[in-house]
Amino acid sequence: MNWASWNDFFRMGGYALYVWGSYGVTLALIAAEIVLLIQRRRKVIAYLRLIHDNANEVMQ
Amino acid sequence: MNINWFKYSSPQTFFPLIPKLVPWFGTAAAILCAAGLYISFFIAPTDAQQGEAYRIIFIHVPAAWLSMFIYVMMAFWAGAGLVFNTRLSGMWASALAPTGALMTFIALWTGSFWGKPTWGTWWVWDARLTSELILLFLYFGFMALQAAIDDPRRADKAGAVLALTGVVNIPIIYFSVQWWNTLHQGSSVSMKSAPTMAMTMFAGMMVMALGFWMYSIAASLLRVRSIILERERRSDWVAQYMRTLK
Repeated sequence: MNWASWNDFFRMGGYALYVWGSYGVTLALIAAEIVLLIQRRRKVIAYLRLIHDNANEVMQ
Repeated sequence: MNINWFKYSSPQTFFPLIPKLVPWFGTAAAILCAAGLYISFFIAPTDAQQGEAYRIIFIHVPAAWLSMFIYVMMAFWAGAGLVFNTRLSGMWASALAPTGALMTFIALWTGSFWGKPTWGTWWVWDARLTSELILLFLYFGFMALQAAIDDPRRADKAGAVLALTGVVNIPIIYFSVQWWNTLHQGSSVSMKSAPTMAMTMFAGMMVMALGFWMYSIAASLLRVRSIILERERRSDWVAQYMRTLK
């Protein structure tokens, strides 16, 4: 085991800024990409609902 | 045996496969990244020279590999679109670009955060760093060019020319540490010899790389799914698909 305690783990041997600065930003960016992917999907489905519903009304 | 290689090159036939594929790649990504992080922080030992700062390697190297690999895949699909004029190829190229740009940015960012404690600088115009920055601009240029052209088929063609031209940068990035003797270290892993690092460190890096790879596939699949609907919005099959959603 590399770490004596959780505190030791978070300190990263004095390199906390660099290690957590790397991992934190990576995690945040991947989370942001997933959110953007979900939003893009919702947007296109909402748009398609709109045009297809209108098309049905015109036909009736 | 007669295989129809073009069966899944049509957006309509490929589309129903996507929701079946995404959970597999997504689950694989989650499991591999969790295992990779565990190895990276709890099994891999402290580095004798760099202390704990070296643990950045477990995201830096996978992201850098993926940034180059995704670019090659993007250029491959863009080129296939030019040659075969298949619609899905161009959609794949567009879907890969943002995830490739993300991996490139992560490689640059983590490299900077690794450079500061080990080299004493956030940034230097070293050959490896500069060519990787050019890769980021190639991704941005590809996306900006496609966004600037209204007709998607023309956007595909213009983007393909840019993507294929930019492929020349990939061997430059890969061999930069051999061709120019500047600051970035040479590769620790090669096809020819055993890795020059502890086995557990190597294992952590490879498991994380596989996890990033599976994530990139899942993210690109989700993106191509939206792109297909956006581009095929006027087709009958999309109208039919919308009825199944209600």
